Amino acid sequence: MSDRTLRVWRGDAAGGAFRDYTVPTDEGMVVLDVIHRIQATEAPDLAVRWNCKAGKCGSCSAEINGAPKLMCMTRMNTFPEDSEITVAPMRTFPVIQDLVTDVSFNYEKAKTIPAFKPKPKEADGTRRMYQEEVDRVQEFHKCIECFLCQNVCHVIRDHEENKQAFSGPRFFVRLAALEMHPLDANDRTALIRAKHGLGFCNITKCCTEVCPEHIKITDNAIIPLKERMVSEFYDPLAWVKRRLSRSDSGAPAPGAAVGSEEAQGFE
Amino acid sequence: METVECDVLVIGAGGAGLRAAIEASANGAKTALICKSLLGKAHTVMAEGGIAAALGNVWPEDNWKVHFRDTMRGGKLLNNWRMAQLHAQEAPERVLELEEWGAMFDRTKEGLILQRDFGGHRYARLAHVGDRTGLEMIRTLQNEAVRRGIDVFMECTIQKLFTADGRIAGALGYRRQTGEVILFRATAVVLATGGVGKAWKITSNSWEYTGDGMAMALDAGADLIDMEMVQFHPTGMVWPPSVRGLLVTESVRGDGGTLVNSEGRRFMFDYVPAFFRAETAETEAEADAWYENKKDNRRTPDLLPRDEVARAINAEVKAGRGTPHGGVFLDIASRRSADYIRRRLPSMYVQFKELADVDITAQPMEVGPTCHYIMGGVRVDGDSAASTVPGLYAAGEVAAGLHGANRLGGNSLSDLLVFGRRAGLHAAEYARGKTAAAIDRGQIEAAERRMSAPLERSGGENPYAIHAELQECMQDLVGIIRTESELDEALERIAALRVRLEHVTVPGGRRYNPGWHEAMDLDAMLAIAEVCARAAKERTESRGGHTRSDHPKTDPAWGTVNVVVRRRDGRLSLEREPLSSPPPELAALLADAPAQTKVQPELVEAGPS
Repeated sequence: MSDRTLRVWRGDAAGGAFRDYTVPTDEGMVVLDVIHRIQATEAPDLAVRWNCKAGKCGSCSAEINGAPKLMCMTRMNTFPEDSEITVAPMRTFPVIQDLVTDVSFNYEKAKTIPAFKPKPKEADGTRRMYQEEVDRVQEFHKCIECFLCQNVCHVIRDHEENKQAFSGPRFFVRLAALEMHPLDANDRTALIRAKHGLGFCNITKCCTEVCPEHIKITDNAIIPLKERMVSEFYDPLAWVKRRLSRSDSGAPAPGAAVGSEEAQGFE
Repeated sequence: METVECDVLVIGAGGAGLRAAIEASANGAKTALICKSLLGKAHTVMAEGGIAAALGNVWPEDNWKVHFRDTMRGGKLLNNWRMAQLHAQEAPERVLELEEWGAMFDRTKEGLILQRDFGGHRYARLAHVGDRTGLEMIRTLQNEAVRRGIDVFMECTIQKLFTADGRIAGALGYRRQTGEVILFRATAVVLATGGVGKAWKITSNSWEYTGDGMAMALDAGADLIDMEMVQFHPTGMVWPPSVRGLLVTESVRGDGGTLVNSEGRRFMFDYVPAFFRAETAETEAEADAWYENKKDNRRTPDLLPRDEVARAINAEVKAGRGTPHGGVFLDIASRRSADYIRRRLPSMYVQFKELADVDITAQPMEVGPTCHYIMGGVRVDGDSAASTVPGLYAAGEVAAGLHGANRLGGNSLSDLLVFGRRAGLHAAEYARGKTAAAIDRGQIEAAERRMSAPLERSGGENPYAIHAELQECMQDLVGIIRTESELDEALERIAALRVRLEHVTVPGGRRYNPGWHEAMDLDAMLAIAEVCARAAKERTESRGGHTRSDHPKTDPAWGTVNVVVRRRDGRLSLEREPLSSPPPELAALLADAPAQTKVQPELVEAGPS
């Protein structure tokens, strides 16, 4: 079929540049297929991450014509025949080689999230949940950890300094999944604000727009978590109740601003 | 050289590796987990349909004995009976344990785990989450491994196992992100490296499936068995070419979809073998009624075990009754509501919509067989998952025995959990109180030199060309239907590729160099491709995932032996060794299975009678 030219970023942490590759393409091809064809013909050392090639593993994230996408789910026929297509690594994470970035930030953040802790079983020894409850949480469990939401989040995209105190949308999704799990008995509320920096998010919905799983990250995960923060920390009745029941919760007095940066440091 | 010391080294971080690492760590072993990709990206993530476990939530009649029987019959009785027994008995506990770690499966009205129908299973048995069960499972195990603080080595590839004093001693690999070698000194090693599907052209497998674990085990002196038994999943995508082979879950049929040829005929009714005739519906009405009423109806032939369905599709296409793109139709659109389809099969809906411009709620899919799984692998002890090399364990697809000649859908995820746990447990027990054997310096240096060679040569060919030729060879000559002359040709071609591999050259440096990685992967792929072809030539009968057009019948004499492959002094040897027989109480569960079965010759030739 027709030849297509891809402008692919080649380089490493020290720097790099776009390089043009022109290869024949077949019907139905996705961008990742073209990258593979470049490897097989011109550049065996072109670095790219991939696994499932079906939008299920979240490995092949990149910026295609500037838009954060999975290479395996981006069809070549979505671009006009004679248009230029650029493929660059995700910008928020340090480049390792070519299209491969160092996403260890995400794996480090994952370690800081208190795990699922099951409630006691039912009297008959079973665990019961209902489909509506499962559906609500399953939206979050659909996350394939492509980290495109992290890549596009402006809190960290151009602000390396915020990475310490901000876990990003992927982990708000994870936290929401845990907090809304009907059988979970762990309490992460104080931590969500303190350690994960929920307050930094000003709900611009960039994350939701790029999610290949169409998880409504902002509406269904972040906003409910923010609302929970408000009722837990800033509702005077809830505050008194909590002070009486748990003396170690470390909650601030009611009235502190939601998400103020000063509030981020408390543990 | 970076050196890591541990009690238990787990190689592979899919379902089996994660479960093994969790168990080894829980039993006090200092555990290191090797992950070829990033954590959570292993092939388990692609598993769609569900985890087979006789929970009895939907059909109280179901129990481990029925699951045992289904597994053994699906495997054409070539299974390791002890593994089939333990698997059926322990799968429910392993699934429920995932709930203790936060997994959420779809529910029954009573709030229990919902179970779905699948091929070869008598009752609806698969715990599932829509059609993304593997994702739920791997994420749950991943989170549990993180919670336990297990050391994970991501983007690290092991190339060589070391033995010393007659036992396992460690492994050498490299870190992809830097290209630097890394040495593991370990008392016990668990292989959980998956299969070898990437040696075939039309495959559902990712780049990771290169047979590396099997090749390293063979090299370390372990036995491999049943390497001729390769599963071609009946339903892979066939169009467009770039997604050819991509899996279409069996849940489509489990949830009511049916296979149809270009003449509009539900052709599976023409392909019911004698072995399954008594338990398979004879009419479309009975088949359709079975979904709702299993007491009075028998299973639809669309849900015969995968080997039967794959051969039937192959025969239909060869007989000229295929679709325009060389598959058959899989139709759920005309049989279930659009809402139901989107709810039950969300990722199939997206996959077809986005990659093939097909709306599966309105149009039939086009599907054909795709290389999916290898039943063969490292020979293990049923209880402990120990290989024949002391200290070396294997679990999941890299191990053999549970599935016999053919694996039932849904039995893989449960296999990973049951035998991942057993391998981790027994490896930890083995390692307790022992220290790792000292590895000979010369062996380490030799392995290191071999790894670096493709980067240091010049003027040779691109490794991708060799891989493409191997895939053509295995697809054409060691595919669904085999014959001696073609297997001989395959062996000649593989030998020629091996010579060429010694001269491949890759440009670039050590850091994240896919060409270099490909050159190393080919070493294992060629070794295991040869083993598959040799074993396929040895077994002169047809059974399960091995069909010979020159030996189309199932031969009872072959039903009592495994083909065992070993390497001694650099040479492969093949032996036929007897299977162990189940004790009387388990044999009784299989009693109504006819001892002798016969693959219908027409499945091998052209079409139905």
